[in-house]
Amino acid sequence: MSNHLSNLTLKIWRQNGPADAGRFESYRIDSISDEASFLEMLDVLNERLIGEGLEAISFDHDCREGICGTCSLMIDGQAHGPQRGTATCQLHMRKFKSGDTIVIEPWRATAFPILRDLMVDRAPLDRIVEAGGFITAATGGAPDANIIPIPKPVADAAMDAAECIGCGACVAACPNGAANLFTAAKVSHLNLLPQGQAERWSRVEAMVETMDDYFGSCTNHGECEAACPKSISIDFIAMMHKDYRRAKVKNRKLLSQV
Amino acid sequence: MAQAIQSRGPVTGTAATPRKRRKFFLLDLYGTAVGKKYAMAITGLMMVGFVVVHMIGNLKMYLGAEDLNHYGEFLRELLVPILPRTVFLWLLRLGLLAAVAIHIHAALSLTRLNRKARSVKYQSPRDYQVATFASRTMRWTGIIVFLFVIWHLADLTWGFANNVGVPAADGEFVRGDAYGNVVRSFERVPVSVLYIVANIALGTHLFHGVWSLFQSMGWNNPRFNKWRKNIAIGVATIVVVGNVSFPIAVLAGIVGK
Repeated sequence: MSNHLSNLTLKIWRQNGPADAGRFESYRIDSISDEASFLEMLDVLNERLIGEGLEAISFDHDCREGICGTCSLMIDGQAHGPQRGTATCQLHMRKFKSGDTIVIEPWRATAFPILRDLMVDRAPLDRIVEAGGFITAATGGAPDANIIPIPKPVADAAMDAAECIGCGACVAACPNGAANLFTAAKVSHLNLLPQGQAERWSRVEAMVETMDDYFGSCTNHGECEAACPKSISIDFIAMMHKDYRRAKVKNRKLLSQV
Repeated sequence: MAQAIQSRGPVTGTAATPRKRRKFFLLDLYGTAVGKKYAMAITGLMMVGFVVVHMIGNLKMYLGAEDLNHYGEFLRELLVPILPRTVFLWLLRLGLLAAVAIHIHAALSLTRLNRKARSVKYQSPRDYQVATFASRTMRWTGIIVFLFVIWHLADLTWGFANNVGVPAADGEFVRGDAYGNVVRSFERVPVSVLYIVANIALGTHLFHGVWSLFQSMGWNNPRFNKWRKNIAIGVATIVVVGNVSFPIAVLAGIVGK
């Protein structure tokens, strides 16, 4: 038996395009099931707006099961809303109370220009992955399990890093607009595994320096870890800082051979 | 979108076109944000080392004037007769000055970078989850400590601030009489309050800074990660308790003429 929330006030950021100044607009939700997801609540609102002949609110979403990393939203000052370890798509209205005012803002970073309303362009994250978040060697089809022995703790750590869905919540939550957690996750999940060793040092140097071109710097607040829908640890940031330090020396030595 | 990664040139030994000349290694490293964080961590560590040793040295105050002033003379005579008197002390001072300069330069340029990385601020209040008061105020506690150090030098090294507000009967600043100068300074209540407030700011700065430097340098290991916060708390507490005890001891009459 589901309950209903009533009298919600939504303060939503509306912006017509990247160059527009933008403003908050208020919307009332008279009644919504507490089993509705946050995005379903926005769907219901959009249906109503379209019915009234108004412009629907643009927001990013795709799989709605927490694995694609498309959804975003700064909800009441928290990236992905008040529930830890959850993307906005899996946040449900039961987390809120009747009569609440909910403020919804797009993610803000110079690297993430707002396209429209709550939608931002997160392409700089792709630039970081393009710089080294891959393995060049042809690996063929899926290999048989355990052909390359990998210690269990190493496989677990690599998997923890590989959980990153690239949503950009770390950048949104960081007071400095830094992307160190994203980059660290993408560096570490390959740098921990045997398949990633050949390009380990060029990868970390290229990815960190590409990150530098778009984002701020890490001051170790830890907000990214708290906001991450996959709860990726900032220990990976330390791991990346260590690999970068070693890479600068090693790559320099390689370069001087040429 | 231009990828400036090309501007730094090839990063692997197998890259096709080697550049003619590369930047000096440390300058190249310092040119990146992560490199600047290494610089902040290393210079920060140097200053932490100084602050801890400085506090321990000052504890000699509790043994009396002769012990403290003798310790001051010992510092001037470090490595004598290998080096002339005060030369090694000046080398240490120059190292420390360089650390301060680099620490501040890196902090300023990283702050500018971070401002640029979020040119439009959030328009609604942020709800921070784990950022501490210390981590959010590093820039302010840093500025407070820097200004305090200038006062501290004017008060107890150069001495011209040491005579302000002191009755003529108490005499004047005497170079080499660290004990007398400290007592004369701390008998002024507002000055003691200033020292206490500044040291609490220093402790707040150290609480985040000491933990942060492990993270910035990538000194992490599952076996000691949980100790990093405790080390930061320990260092900050020892420094604050030690330093704050001096003005209180003077005001309470435990240390005096």
